[in-house]
Amino acid sequence: MSGLKINWKITTLLILGTLFILFPLYLTIVIAFKTPEEMGGNLLALPESWSFDNFLTAIEVTNFYQSFFNSLIVTVASVVMAILIHSLVAYAIARNIHKKFYKFLYIYFISAMFVPFPIIMLPIVKQTSFLGMDNLLGLAFLTIVMHLALNVFIYVGYVKTIPIALEEAATIDGASTWTTFWKIIFPLMTPMHATVGILTALAAWNDFMLPLIVLSDESQYTLPLVQYAFQGQFSTNYNLAFASYLLAILPMIIVYIFAQKWIIGGVMRGSVK
Amino acid sequence: MKAKKDRAFLWMVVPAFILFFAFHTFPVLQGVFFSFTDYKGYGSWDFTGLKNYFNVFQDTRALSAYGFTFQFAIIATILVNIISIFIALGLNANIKFRKTLRATYFIPYILSVLIVSYIFRFIFTHVLPDIGSSLGIEAISTNILGNPDLAWIGIVILAVWQAAAFNTLLYLAGLATIDQQVYEAASIDGANAWQTFWKVTFPLVAPFFTINMVVAMKNFLMAFDQIVGLTGGGPGTSTESISLLIYTSGLGGGQFAYQSANAVIYFIVIVVISVFQLRVLERREAK
Repeated sequence: MSGLKINWKITTLLILGTLFILFPLYLTIVIAFKTPEEMGGNLLALPESWSFDNFLTAIEVTNFYQSFFNSLIVTVASVVMAILIHSLVAYAIARNIHKKFYKFLYIYFISAMFVPFPIIMLPIVKQTSFLGMDNLLGLAFLTIVMHLALNVFIYVGYVKTIPIALEEAATIDGASTWTTFWKIIFPLMTPMHATVGILTALAAWNDFMLPLIVLSDESQYTLPLVQYAFQGQFSTNYNLAFASYLLAILPMIIVYIFAQKWIIGGVMRGSVK
Repeated sequence: MKAKKDRAFLWMVVPAFILFFAFHTFPVLQGVFFSFTDYKGYGSWDFTGLKNYFNVFQDTRALSAYGFTFQFAIIATILVNIISIFIALGLNANIKFRKTLRATYFIPYILSVLIVSYIFRFIFTHVLPDIGSSLGIEAISTNILGNPDLAWIGIVILAVWQAAAFNTLLYLAGLATIDQQVYEAASIDGANAWQTFWKVTFPLVAPFFTINMVVAMKNFLMAFDQIVGLTGGGPGTSTESISLLIYTSGLGGGQFAYQSANAVIYFIVIVVISVFQLRVLERREAK
């Protein structure tokens, strides 16, 4: 299609459409920089001065660095565990799918995709506090349990495309199944590690429901949960609220600006599987 | 040798199996178990048989939550699929700035649904009424989230804004699988754009349509963050989704057992709808 001429009509329509996407973000930035006195005027106008006062207050009031760090711990721990554990499980399942036990295991895991979270919600609250897992590490464990179905599904589809001959050659050379996995298969799964890593990272970073019911100590709250916890205080000061919202979504936006091609590619690869 | 290999494979799945059973299957079983009791979430309990289930069907609050959730999920699913398919077709056409446009349309997917909901709440309560009254448009001059009959529209708008990103990407992935020669053949045969879409493009992306419909519907049926952020279920309980009802009454209202029964019904409803969708849509595909 590269030889055809550019379709300007569609280009223009799509550019106009992005206004719907960008408007809430524009509004967030504008409100975050304004002072409460400016809120009486035109809400959409640019602020009179670009002062960072709201952000400094928001950082202090919401303990931003702490909650940023909490979100980071949960996200990194979930991504690392998802890549190590889910790829291993998917490999074993994909190579033994002809056996009844593994076939059953696969269907058992995948069916979790249709189990709505609320049925687990009430018992899991009791269970996590009983086991002392109402903390960030417990949250990371629960995150990988909740994402096992999708990730294993993505990995299994990919392992099936890796020729088995490689492993047979390794076995003849005397490599154990474990060595074969870590030395040969795991590196070959890199494109799917990226996909699983991105999907898990986005889910863990933006999750609200699981942190809401699992975390009990306020000092362990993640970024979305902090916004929820501060709603009472925010309702009297929109500028402070929006500065806090902007701070909370900024890390992901920055990552996205630098890695958007990679992120979109990763998500797309997962969806074709 | 063979046995050693089998043992290795077993060790690869057993830890994950235990973790999954302990923190997924076991809670589900507990939920089902307690749904037949009068457990409040604390203290002693007795078996009550199917009493909770009968009560859910007579509970006006639960029924209204089901009504709202279905209405919201069906409308949002249809809208999100129509909008996504158009955006995807546009992005797949021969356009300028393709990469930048694609990246822009995908932004909502990377943002926290809860925080976006708070931003939209401000838009609905302050920005839109401002614009409405200064332009003299009656319909948007009041806060729609404060109106029990209109609040659901706000939730649909937010949900579609947010979910269209991912669905567009799925459709783009589908469109990328179509061979350009098919289009050339269609244009040689004199098909117009409309005919090309319905006779060529749509049947070829039908598997993606199936997945999108099922996934979108399932996600919307489980809506929680959007509602907490926008309306908190109000005004009154007019926008209370099933997830939110189970959360508020089950954890805070001492209805552990009763809401567990509700959750079991909800689970069955989601499975039935998903299977039904897959059956119907796959039959369409086969045609």
